[in-house]
Amino acid sequence: MTTLSFSIPRPTHPTGVWAWITTIDHKRIGILYGVTAFIMFLIGGVEALLMRTQLTTSGLDIVSPEIFNQLFTMHGTTMIFLAIMPMGAAFFNFVIPLQIGARDVAFPRLNAFSYWTFLAGAIVLNLSWFMGGAPNAGWFGYSPITGETYNPGHGIDFWIVSLQILGIASLAAAFNFIVTIINMRAPGMTLDRMPLFTWMTFVTSFLLILAFPVITVALIELMFDRFYGTNFFFPAAGGNPVLWQHLFWVFGHPEVYILILPAMGIISEILPTFSRKPLFGYPVVVLSGIIIGFMGWMVWSHHMFTVGLGPIANSVFTITTMAIAVPTGVKIFNWLGTMWKGSISFPTPMLFALGFIVTFTIGGISGVMHSQAASDAQQQDTYFIIAHIHYVLFGGSIFALLAGVYYWFPKITGRMYDEALGKLSFWLTFIAFNITFFPMHFTGLDGMPRRIYSYDAVFGWDFWNMISTGGSFMLAGGILIFTINIVRGWTSGRKASGDPWDARTLEWSIASPPPEYNFEEIPTVHDRDDWWARKRKRVAEPVPVGGGSDEAEHSIHLPQPSYWPIVVSIGLLIGGYGLIYSIALAAIGGAISLFAIYAWSFEPVNDPEEDSGH
Amino acid sequence: MHTLTQLPRRLVLTLGLGLPALLVGLHAACTPSHPQSTFDTLGPVAKSQVDLFYIIFWVGMVVLVLVTGVLLYTAIRFRRRPGDGDPEQIHGHTKLEIAWTIIPSLILVVVAVPSVITIFDNANSPLPPEEGGLTIEAKGYQWWFEFTYLDHGIVTANELHIPVGEPVNVLLQSDDVIHSFWIPKVAGKVDMVPNNDNWMWIQADEPGAYYGQCAEFCGESHANMRFKVIAQPRAEFDAWLQAQAQDALIPSDDLAREGEALFMSREGGCFACHTIEGSARARGTTGPNLTHFASRGDFAGSIMENTQENLRKWLQDPQTMKPGNVMARDGGVYNGSLAALTEPQVSALVAYLRSLK
Repeated sequence: MTTLSFSIPRPTHPTGVWAWITTIDHKRIGILYGVTAFIMFLIGGVEALLMRTQLTTSGLDIVSPEIFNQLFTMHGTTMIFLAIMPMGAAFFNFVIPLQIGARDVAFPRLNAFSYWTFLAGAIVLNLSWFMGGAPNAGWFGYSPITGETYNPGHGIDFWIVSLQILGIASLAAAFNFIVTIINMRAPGMTLDRMPLFTWMTFVTSFLLILAFPVITVALIELMFDRFYGTNFFFPAAGGNPVLWQHLFWVFGHPEVYILILPAMGIISEILPTFSRKPLFGYPVVVLSGIIIGFMGWMVWSHHMFTVGLGPIANSVFTITTMAIAVPTGVKIFNWLGTMWKGSISFPTPMLFALGFIVTFTIGGISGVMHSQAASDAQQQDTYFIIAHIHYVLFGGSIFALLAGVYYWFPKITGRMYDEALGKLSFWLTFIAFNITFFPMHFTGLDGMPRRIYSYDAVFGWDFWNMISTGGSFMLAGGILIFTINIVRGWTSGRKASGDPWDARTLEWSIASPPPEYNFEEIPTVHDRDDWWARKRKRVAEPVPVGGGSDEAEHSIHLPQPSYWPIVVSIGLLIGGYGLIYSIALAAIGGAISLFAIYAWSFEPVNDPEEDSGH
Repeated sequence: MHTLTQLPRRLVLTLGLGLPALLVGLHAACTPSHPQSTFDTLGPVAKSQVDLFYIIFWVGMVVLVLVTGVLLYTAIRFRRRPGDGDPEQIHGHTKLEIAWTIIPSLILVVVAVPSVITIFDNANSPLPPEEGGLTIEAKGYQWWFEFTYLDHGIVTANELHIPVGEPVNVLLQSDDVIHSFWIPKVAGKVDMVPNNDNWMWIQADEPGAYYGQCAEFCGESHANMRFKVIAQPRAEFDAWLQAQAQDALIPSDDLAREGEALFMSREGGCFACHTIEGSARARGTTGPNLTHFASRGDFAGSIMENTQENLRKWLQDPQTMKPGNVMARDGGVYNGSLAALTEPQVSALVAYLRSLK
């Protein structure tokens, strides 16, 4: 019965655009994630530049207050959900199967589905710009300002629907990576030999599957309030806006660690490579990452110190928040220990990693400053907090991700970037970053609230705002140089060897770029830094340098491309759009997704052109 | 390679410039021309908050100097030199790792003591309402503040008068969206959350006008939601209370009377949203109570000085001065459902409002 409707064969050896649309190769999906996220990062950056321009001096009128509110809402939402998270996902995809000695992730089609669904969410969110205005209530969307009474347009609806779609993408990816990391490790790669980036991705994936359901529930309630007139959060009918804040931050704080743990993983890969020493205190660094992930659930109310939860709640959350500084500090000390007595070289990825340690330490310290509920009452919702989050999310996450891009660039593209240009991009980015965000500590402590589209000259905030704005354009210059370097390196960089850094982990044991099947023969792991140990012991294990023989290609069973993941995602895109404008369209979208999931389930396992004897 | 030797120098330079910049910035934030500085405190609550901040600040500076110092030293001392072999493959050092877990934990335990004490001190008013402390109800609206002196029957807007040197209890409320009540020099903020009454206490130790601002994003004109705290010696404050408790003055000159008539008429419509004590008609509560409007130094969420010229501009075009405000949206003379105000009408209203001393 089913064979009739679902005998649509898998695409066979697609080329060009179709190869990308139907791909389920984790490496290609990683590249798709990375490129899309980087474009989103640039869009979020332009939004930031517009805001900085408006705030250059007091009393400017470059963007209207309404547009300004849309800009900061979209900047936050874009950077968190569409830039940093998917950039992390790009590395999960590209690097993890290589680091654990696997040929692909556990569920390759689900992986493609994650990417296309992420793209659908990104499209829905940004469509709002052209459909009557972007969301304007901040990335935190505090009720009741997100309610219909105060926000009658569709901006908030786009925000709700896109976050739900992005949530589906994140959950699918997280489950996929947990299963991959548990089940797909090469023989001998025990948990205590797993590279740090893989470990941190593992922890992050658990945070994702536990945190996203909370925001999903909150968003469903908000959607019901807006679409169907329920009163979860609407105060006039007895709803409680504080409930939204709890739900949002129970998600929102682990989300912060979702953004920073992969970054810490990247740093923990780069420092040992360029110090030519193993990671100092490996078990402690892993454990502190797990503890951070766990304690991330015990601190959410430090975002709510001024809400009026009372001195007991504020004291408890002050103490838990301070406590989380301990495992974070331990990581930093262990990184320094890794470099100590090393033989340290300073190519661009290492520079970004060192820059990360400095800026992230500053961000960590300002974090401890506003862990103090009492004095945080002066800092909450001021530029001091903006300084802090940018020190941890830009100086932290983004620096680490840029370090990761440079570090794995030769592996991903098979080519080298320009080292001089890379160093220039680091110094410009690092210096401009500090010029932009350090003064915000001052303006914040000088009483400048966040999210104001304009300010009066009487407050004396002009000088440091001008400096910040100047710095932000320099920072844009640094990112531009980075972009040029990457594009040039990718198209015309010199060829890279399989192991240009004399690195330590398995991904460097294969050719650059890796062949489609990654490992000609699945390696057997004997050591924590297995590749380094193998090189030093000169263990005679085959090291494919070229693309592998035809014979190898035919004997390796690889999952085949599929049309269905993108179709499911298109259904979600249409359905999400339909939720906002027309139930009929939503039903059509849902039907497309359901049909595609059904077809996906019955998709023939093997390429009909190949022998199916496996 | 030149980069190997230049890197540390550049890093030293960057950090060397960073710390002085920090001190300069802190100094700038402390100078008196900064009316919302959280360093230049003039009340016990803000004082306790900045004292706590300094403790963490100095502990943090020690950590920062240590980490960057060790980082720089390590980067310089252990940089790769031509011909270097592999360094010793050290995997860790248990005692060291225990030390750098325990020592920060102990420091934080010590810091937690003043931290928790300050939280409780600032949460508990030294003179709560039940012991006879002065209590004022503060309510946030999009985008202005209303202050009600419960025991004196006074409702005013944008200017909170308090007696110097006495603890004052403030009941924080909102009927629309979340706002936050913040007077940086006097006390850190507490939010005004619909359906969730909050209490805070404030005290100003010197007479003066202190700037306050809404600190929780509350919509289009969030930036235009400010207020002032006027701290007065007790006698002056009592006199103010007495004056504010009176009904509005009856305008004496013709233009002002014309303005009053317009205010109370369907043609103007102002009465529907504003209260004028002493008038049976003007009982609206949507907008600020205007009984003693002319006694206030600022208006429209304290974004403008209360001058004849500013008032004229405001009445002509409130939307431009405070985008999205309710008067421009719902006021008939502004949204087109009534005839727009003519120049003479504006003049009459200005004269009337300025007579409400």
